[in-house]
Amino acid sequence: MDVQFSVNGTTYDSNVEPRTLLVHHLRDGLGLTGTNVGCDTSSCGACTIHVDGESVKSCTMLAVQANGADLTTIEGMASGSDLHPMQQAFMENHGLQCGYCTPGMIMAATSLLAENPNPTEAEVREGLEGNLCRCTGYHNIIKSVMACAAGMGA
Amino acid sequence: MAVMGTRMLRKEDPPLVTGEAKYVDDIHVPGELWMGMVRSTQANARLASVDVTGALTQPGVVAAYTGADLVDGYWVAPLPCAWPVTPDMLNPPHYPVAVSHARYVGDIVAVVLATSRYAAADAVEHVVVDYETLPAAASLEVAATDSALAHPDLGTNKAYTWAIDADPEGLAAALEGSAHRVKATFTQQRLIPSAMEPRGVLAIPSPHGQDMTLYSSSQVPHILKVMVAATTGLPEHSLRVIAPQVGGGFGAKLNINADEILAVALANKLKKPVRWTETRTEAAMSTTQGRGQRQHIELGCDADGKLTGVRVYIQADMGAYMQLITPGTPLLGSFLYTGVYACPQFGFVCEGFFTNLTPTDAYRGAGRPEASYAIERAMDMLALEAGITPEEIRRRNYAGGGEFFENWTAPSGLVFDSGNYGPNLDLALNMADIAGLRSEQARRRAAGERKQLGIGMCTYVEICGLAPSRALGDLGYAAGGWEHATVRMLPTGKVEVVSGSTPHGQGHETSWSMIVADKMGIDPADVVVLHSDTARSPLGLDTYGSRSLAVGGVAIAMATDKVIQKAKAIVAHQMEANVEDMVLDDGNIMVAGSPDRSTPIQAVGFAAFSAHNLPEGMEPNLQEQVSFDPSNFAFPFGTHVCVVEVDTETGYTDVIDYIAVDDCGNQVNPLIVEGQVHGGIVQGVAQALWEYAQYDTEGNPLNPSFMDYLVPSPMEMPNMRLDSTVTPSTSNPLGVKGVGEAGTIGSAAAAINAVVDALSHLGVTDIDMPATPQKVWRLIQSLDQPSANAEEVSA
Repeated sequence: MDVQFSVNGTTYDSNVEPRTLLVHHLRDGLGLTGTNVGCDTSSCGACTIHVDGESVKSCTMLAVQANGADLTTIEGMASGSDLHPMQQAFMENHGLQCGYCTPGMIMAATSLLAENPNPTEAEVREGLEGNLCRCTGYHNIIKSVMACAAGMGA
Repeated sequence: MAVMGTRMLRKEDPPLVTGEAKYVDDIHVPGELWMGMVRSTQANARLASVDVTGALTQPGVVAAYTGADLVDGYWVAPLPCAWPVTPDMLNPPHYPVAVSHARYVGDIVAVVLATSRYAAADAVEHVVVDYETLPAAASLEVAATDSALAHPDLGTNKAYTWAIDADPEGLAAALEGSAHRVKATFTQQRLIPSAMEPRGVLAIPSPHGQDMTLYSSSQVPHILKVMVAATTGLPEHSLRVIAPQVGGGFGAKLNINADEILAVALANKLKKPVRWTETRTEAAMSTTQGRGQRQHIELGCDADGKLTGVRVYIQADMGAYMQLITPGTPLLGSFLYTGVYACPQFGFVCEGFFTNLTPTDAYRGAGRPEASYAIERAMDMLALEAGITPEEIRRRNYAGGGEFFENWTAPSGLVFDSGNYGPNLDLALNMADIAGLRSEQARRRAAGERKQLGIGMCTYVEICGLAPSRALGDLGYAAGGWEHATVRMLPTGKVEVVSGSTPHGQGHETSWSMIVADKMGIDPADVVVLHSDTARSPLGLDTYGSRSLAVGGVAIAMATDKVIQKAKAIVAHQMEANVEDMVLDDGNIMVAGSPDRSTPIQAVGFAAFSAHNLPEGMEPNLQEQVSFDPSNFAFPFGTHVCVVEVDTETGYTDVIDYIAVDDCGNQVNPLIVEGQVHGGIVQGVAQALWEYAQYDTEGNPLNPSFMDYLVPSPMEMPNMRLDSTVTPSTSNPLGVKGVGEAGTIGSAAAAINAVVDALSHLGVTDIDMPATPQKVWRLIQSLDQPSANAEEVSA
C-alpha cells in the first residue's frame, strides 16, 4: 500500500506491506534506526516516538495507520548540534547507561512534560511506567526528567 | 589536571541520546539473509522428522536446514563449555541445531534463510516437526531424583559434584557443639536476564578475501573469535568480531550462542551475509538464564553469637546443556558462603544437574548473589535464635573484628585484599535511622496496623577483578584472566587507548580516558578509547565479573606509566638531562625544580614520530602495551538496608527506602559508580520480590515475555540513598575493586530480610523468592489458620 507521512520534517512516500509495523518501516524502510525495538508485546517503550505530538509506541501502529501523520523520532529532537533540553538533561544526570531504552525514554519524557510541565517525582514515575530500563534502576532517569522540567520552567 | 575521582560526564552519551549509535540490528549490508529459528515446542523429545520442504516454497526463502543437514561440514566441534569443573563432569555435545533430540522448549531444530525479517518469520511456520515426546526433567526437584532424564543416554541428570570440604568431621563437631543452630533451605529461582537490547548477529563473508566479519551483541568479542574458529573450523586469523554498541548484557551476552555459530557457518557456506535478531520471546526461551539453585545451609554460633561453622550443599540447575561457564557459575560463589565473617569451620558441596530447561549461565553477580543471599538470610535467622539483633550478630563475626584489615585469609582459603566492615555498617545504619525505624515498627505492631514495617540489612562481600590466571587454572577454567591495554600518543598529541575490555553500558570510554588523562595531566577530551573490535583491539578477555577496571583499567594505567617513562627519556635526551631527574607536572615534562624549561608531554608524540632526535637505540613512536595479570582477586563489600511496608491484608510489599553504602576501593568516577549500584540494587530487589522464570511440569515456559515476566518499571522502587566508604585494594596499583555486580549482590538478601522482619511478630521466619503478594498473603493466612490453609499453602 502507498503511504505518505512526514518524519522529522521530511515527507516520505512509501509502499509498504499492510502488515508492516510502523517501527519496522522507520528502521528497516527509512533507515531511522535511532528508534529501538526491545520487546514484541508493546511492553518496553523502547520504540516510543511522537505521532502528531503525542507519544506512541511505534510497535503498536501499522505503518499504513500513520498515513498523513506528522512523526518525530529521536533523530528529530536535536536542532543541528544543539541537543534538546531532555537529551541534555539525560547526559548531565547520567540518565543512561547502555542507551538502548534512552530514545524511547526521551520521547516519552518530552511528551510527559508537554502535558504536565511541572510534574512531581511520582507523576514522572507514573508517566514513564510503560518504558523499561534494565541499567539505571530509574533513579537517574527520574532525576533527568525532573531536572529538565526545572530547567525548561526557568 | 586531576580528573580521577571527579564526576565527569560520560563521553559515550551524545550518540546514545540522539539515536546515532549503532546496535547490531541497526547495521545492514546489501544481500543480507535473515535467519528464522524453528524452535522446539517440546522440552524433551526425539525428532522423528523435521520437514523443511514447506518452508522452501515460501516467498523470499533461500534455504532451510535441519540439524541433520548441518552435522557434516558446518562445524568441527560442538558449542564450547570453557569450564569443566571436574575431570569427570558430564558434558553431552551441544550443536547449534539439534540433530535428533530436542532438550528444551526453545532448542533450535531447524533454520530458514530468507530475504527479509518478515519472510523469515513466516517461513518458520511452514517447517513441520514430528516430536516423540519423553517425560521432561522440568525442574531441579525432578532432575535431582532422576525420575525423568534430560539426556536419557547419560543415565543420570547429575553432571558433577564439586566440594570444598577440608575437615568434614571437624565441621560436624563444630555444628554439634554450637549453642544456637540454624538449618535452612533457600530457592534461587531462575531469572531471565532481560538486557533491553535483544541479542543479534550479522556475519559478513568476504568470498574473495577469504575472511569473515561477525557483528554480535556480545560482551565477549575476543572470546567469541577464538570459539568461532574452534567450532566452525575457520582459521582464527580470517575472523574479525565486532561488538558494536551493545545494549546491556548482565552476563547473558558472555556466551557462545548457537545463532552466532550458525550465522558464521551459513554465511561461509552461502557466501552471503547472514543475520538474526532475537525477539523478546526468543530471548526468554533461548538466551541463557540466571540463578536456578536450591541452597541448603546449616550454621551455628556459640553462646556469644560467634560463628562455629557453616555447611552448605547446593543443587544447581544447569539447564539442558553446558554453555560457556554454566557449571562454574555456582562455584564463583562457593568461596563466599561465609560472607564477611570469621568462621573456624566451612564446608561446601555443589551438585550440578541437567534439566530440560533453558541453559543457565552467568547473570549479574554469577554465583555471588546466591552466596550472599544464603549467608545473609541465615545470619538473620541465627540472630533470631541467639536473641540478638541482626546488626549485632554481624558485628560480632566480622573479619578483622570489624576493623580495617589487609590480606585476611577467609574460611574458604581465599585471601581478602582489604576490608573495614564495621564503619561501613555504622554509616548505613545511621543513614537509615535504625533506631527511629525500630520504634516506628514497634508502634505499628502494638497498634496492629495493616501495613507493617520491615527493616532488612545485608553486609556483602564479592569477588571481583576476575582473575589471576593461575587461580582460574586451579579451578579448571580453560582461559586466563589477564587483560591487555595499548596506549599510544599520536603525532598530534592526541592519545589512543586500546582496551581488551568491552563495554555494554558501563562507561569504559569515560573511565579509561580519565585514568590516562589524570596520569598524563592532559584533557580527557584528548583521549580516545578503541575497543570491542578484534581488528582494532586484537588482544583481550572482555567484560564480566566486575573485572574491567580492576584488571583492564589497571593495564591501561600501567601502559600509560610506560608511555610517560618513554616520553621523559626523550625529553631528557633532548634537554641533555638525566631521565631520573625528569618529572611530569600538569602535562609538562621538565627537570625537577626547573619549570622554566619544559616540554608538553603531548608534544613528545611528534618527536617520537619524527624520530629525528631520539636517544641512541630507542625505537621510534610513543606506544606501550601491557598485559596485566592480577596477583589476587579484589573483594568489594558494602552494607545495604532495605525498608519495606508489607500490607498484611493484600500481601503487597512496598519498598519505601533503600540505603546502600558500598566500598569498591578507590573510585575513578563516582557518577558511574552510583549508576552501577542503582541498577544493580533494582535487579537484586527484583529477584527478591518480582522476577521468576516459570515453567509448567512439562517444561513449557509460562512467562516468556515482558507481559508476564515482571522486569521492574519506574513504579516499583523509590529513589535510593547511597554513600560509600573507601578501602583501597591491595591487589592492584590503582587500589580499585569493581562495582558492576555489587548492587545485585547486596540487595536480594536485604529485601527478603526486610519482608521477613515486617512479619516476624506473626511467626514468619522465611519466605521464598520472589515474595509476591500472593505468596506473602498465603503465608500470613497459613499462620492465622494453620489447619485450614495448610493444603493451599503447599500447593
